[in-house]
Amino acid sequence: MNWSWVPEYFPLLLQGIWLTIQLLVVSMVFGLIIAVPVGLVQVSGPRWLGAIAKGYCTLMRGTPLLVQLWLLYFGLGSLFSSYPEIRQSVFWPILREGYFYALLAFSLNEGGYAGEIMRGGFLSVPKGELEAARAFGMSPWQVLRRIWLPRAVRNVLPTLAGETVLMLKATPLAATVTVLDIFGVILRVRQNTYLTYEPLLVAAALYMALTLIITRLFGHIENQMPTRR
Amino acid sequence: MFPEILSFGDKGFGDELLRGTQYTLLIASCAFLLGIALGLLGAAAKLYGGPVARFIGGLYTTVIRSVPELVLILILYFAGTRGINSLLGLAGIEPIEVNATLAAILVLGVVQGAYHTEVFRAAIKAVPQGQIEAGRAFGMGRLMIFWRIIGPAMLPNAIPGLSNLWLIVIKDTALVAVVGNVELLSITASAAAFTKKYMLFYLTTALIYLAITLISSYFIAILERRFRRGQTRLA
Repeated sequence: MNWSWVPEYFPLLLQGIWLTIQLLVVSMVFGLIIAVPVGLVQVSGPRWLGAIAKGYCTLMRGTPLLVQLWLLYFGLGSLFSSYPEIRQSVFWPILREGYFYALLAFSLNEGGYAGEIMRGGFLSVPKGELEAARAFGMSPWQVLRRIWLPRAVRNVLPTLAGETVLMLKATPLAATVTVLDIFGVILRVRQNTYLTYEPLLVAAALYMALTLIITRLFGHIENQMPTRR
Repeated sequence: MFPEILSFGDKGFGDELLRGTQYTLLIASCAFLLGIALGLLGAAAKLYGGPVARFIGGLYTTVIRSVPELVLILILYFAGTRGINSLLGLAGIEPIEVNATLAAILVLGVVQGAYHTEVFRAAIKAVPQGQIEAGRAFGMGRLMIFWRIIGPAMLPNAIPGLSNLWLIVIKDTALVAVVGNVELLSITASAAAFTKKYMLFYLTTALIYLAITLISSYFIAILERRFRRGQTRLA
């Protein structure tokens, strides 16, 4: 076992950890922002809108994330670069980066998975509570904001914790589109030092530590939730 | 309006994609079966084993389930190749190039096994204790109790988890594209890079994966109805 590379790559590894956390947090947040309407229209809403949302979930959950990522990065990327208007626009520095496509693919994918979870969450809120809110004269929007959404999120919190861990374990895919997250840095170390195992073991240990932190964090949040027993 | 580039024969990539799909299905099925075998072993170790077996089972499921599949695939791929070759070296045989398909099956199978362990453990624990005691009262041995009572009784509990894992293993075969070059996604990647028609090839492949999962879900629903036929419906 050869660990002499660790000091040299330590700063890069720290940046990689930071980038992995960014990928995870941003795609979870955007994923949930997509998931709330996707879940909601399947429970209450016009049937055609529900059908579209269901189709979106099926599409995201039925194809591998790596295919989605490469479809966006290579497919959309090559489409974008064929238009000079886009290449000369101010957005090009962003549209050129693998990081952008990784965030896009992860958020859309998470939106599909979490949308299905939120659908269950919305369904799990007792009808009586919604009727009580309506009887108090709340508008539909107020019912959603004050009662339905908070109750639904609380019900699915354990599932969302598991989903966050799954998302963390999906982030190394970003390294295949040139993002220098933890796994990207590790791949670079492997390339530069010709070491087979040591960098991979470091990656495994780092991801295990992050998993542990996520489960602790969600456990803490769940304990904060007031529940009636 | 069928694009010629996806046709069969030497003009198009249709036959290549078909072969990739076959390999994807082969890798997924074999890895799934290996996962079931490892899962039953793991569940037995965690439920009935001594302290050592229980510790190993716990370590296996914890480590495998908290490390990204992509990292595990690389670790197990290199560890597996070296392990097989050093075993062969001990036996005095020249090192061999490990078949990429076999390596993919072994790696995904080991990863799946950890998840199968948890599915089977939960399913077995959900079998009412009284049924097992009844079996013992009839004088059945441990193996016969497993074969005649625990097995059939836990299967309906395990089916939802197992079907989830089947859908997951199909999608996980795509990760093998990072090390191998036989399954659907890696063939797509090289075809797309060769023809520069990225959008077309990745969309086609996404549709193939979608078709596989949708067809699987259809048959899973039938299977589940069949295995639940003896259970009383709740509510």
